[in-house]
This record gives sequence, structure tokens and C-alpha cells, in this order.
Amino acid sequence: MKKWNDNIDSVLQEKRIPIIKIGDYLIVSIQIDMHDKLAIQLQSQILAEIGKTGARGVLIDISVLEMVDSFIGRMLSGMASMAAIMDAAVVIVGMQPAVAITLVELGLEMPGVDTALNMEKGMEMLEKRLGYTYRKSQ
Amino acid sequence: MAELQIDKNRDRIATYTIQTENDIVLARQYVRFHAKQFGMGIVDQTRITTAVSELFRNMYQYAGGGDVYVDLGDFAGHHALIITCIDQGPGIENLDQAMIDGYSSGAGMGFGLPGAKRLVDEFSIESEINKGTKVQVVKWI
Repeated sequence: MKKWNDNIDSVLQEKRIPIIKIGDYLIVSIQIDMHDKLAIQLQSQILAEIGKTGARGVLIDISVLEMVDSFIGRMLSGMASMAAIMDAAVVIVGMQPAVAITLVELGLEMPGVDTALNMEKGMEMLEKRLGYTYRKSQ
Repeated sequence: MAELQIDKNRDRIATYTIQTENDIVLARQYVRFHAKQFGMGIVDQTRITTAVSELFRNMYQYAGGGDVYVDLGDFAGHHALIITCIDQGPGIENLDQAMIDGYSSGAGMGFGLPGAKRLVDEFSIESEINKGTKVQVVKWI
């Protein structure tokens, strides 16, 4: 039984959340319910990618996440602080209303984490923050 | 805090074992499934899933795992989903302290137990040093 579980774990750890680079931004869409190791792994993956590409902003889409507990919340706010030290801004986009309610009731504050309703608003937020003029198509 | 008295029409729905990090993920998904199955709204589903996720992680981190029992029963005049988490870990030395926001004896943030308590309708905890800990949470349906 133990052997089977170990095997399952090693397969699950092969899961990678893709990080897409567009211009100065990194875009990450979390589409699965992450276990703790995967959350930690994603954190270091994103920081490594900021270091490698010199990205100025990171957009993290959590619109399909059905829950954010204290561990994932801490991972997100920790990542925002670390990215800030690396001169990159992090915006969390698309949090579900039920998740927002639960996070507040849980008592978890996420200092330094910017949020936006959706990817488009998050992108606008980053551009404003970085002093780019937002070009609307005419 | 004493054990909650829930004995009327109590039905055992499921039993899960937490041994690995992935068991935490699977068990919380099963709990959400049961919450939905018994007609909880999306916010209550999220509350109970988040609360049990904190409890399951505690069992995994501090006791190396444990057992989870999901029951359906009546409590204080309400139909309720009852989740019981039992581990054979080191126990909690100071329960009052463990229930304070921001207090943590380990690597956690200290929001696990007090946060979980705020997310459910009834909460009870018993712990005995070197024997283990039993946490019960109740969410009205």
C-alpha cells in the first residue's frame, strides 16, 4: 500500500504549472487544486523565471481555484514580497467571490498583494504601475 | 471543550486517511463533494473545504497523518455535516494558546485552528499529550 502511494506521489510531482512570457510580463494560470509541495515549487519556478527573463510584472490567474487556504494564501503573498525585491509586480486575478469571503473570515491578510477582477484589468493595473501608457486600440 | 453531542440520526458517509500531502488535496475535494451533495451553497462549500484543509494539514504536519470521518447528523436542531479528524500525534500542549490568531508552534501561520473555527458553525477540540488530538467541525446544511 505504502509503495503504491509513493508511486502516486512521484507521478503527481511531475505536474508543472506553465509560465508564459509575453513582453515584460509573465502569465500563470493555476488550473488545478495544488498540494503544498506543488505550491512551493510554483513559487520558486516563478521567481526563477523573473530572474531569467527580467520580467517586470506577473499575472496569476486563480479564477478556477475553488479554495485558497492559509498555505496557498501565504505562498501567494510571500511570492509578491519576493518578486517586489526582484523589481517585479504581482497581480492576482479572478478570485471567486466565495474564495474572497472565506479568506477574510479565515483571518488571512495578504499584505502587498494586488488583485484585479480579471486578466484584462490586471494587465491595465500592471501597465499603470510600471508607468507605461495603456494603448487602447483605435 | 467537550465533545459535541451528536447522536440523533447520525449516518457515517465516508472515512478517509491522511498520509501524504496529496491525501490532503483528495480528502478536501471529497468533503466539498459531500457538502455539495447535501445541498450546501457555494460559499458554505468553500468555507467547509477551507476549514478541513487547515485541519488535514495540521494532522499531516504535526502528527504525520490521521483519520477523517464524515457524518451526516442532527445538531442543535439543525441538519448538519460533521467532520471528525483524529490523529495519534504528540497532542497540543496549550489548547487556549493554539486557538489564538497568529500563534504557531511550527512553520505555520497560526491561522489554522482559529481560522477553521470561524469558518464552521460548531467546533470542538480535545487533545492529550502523547496520545493525540481530535477535532470536530460541524456545518449546518
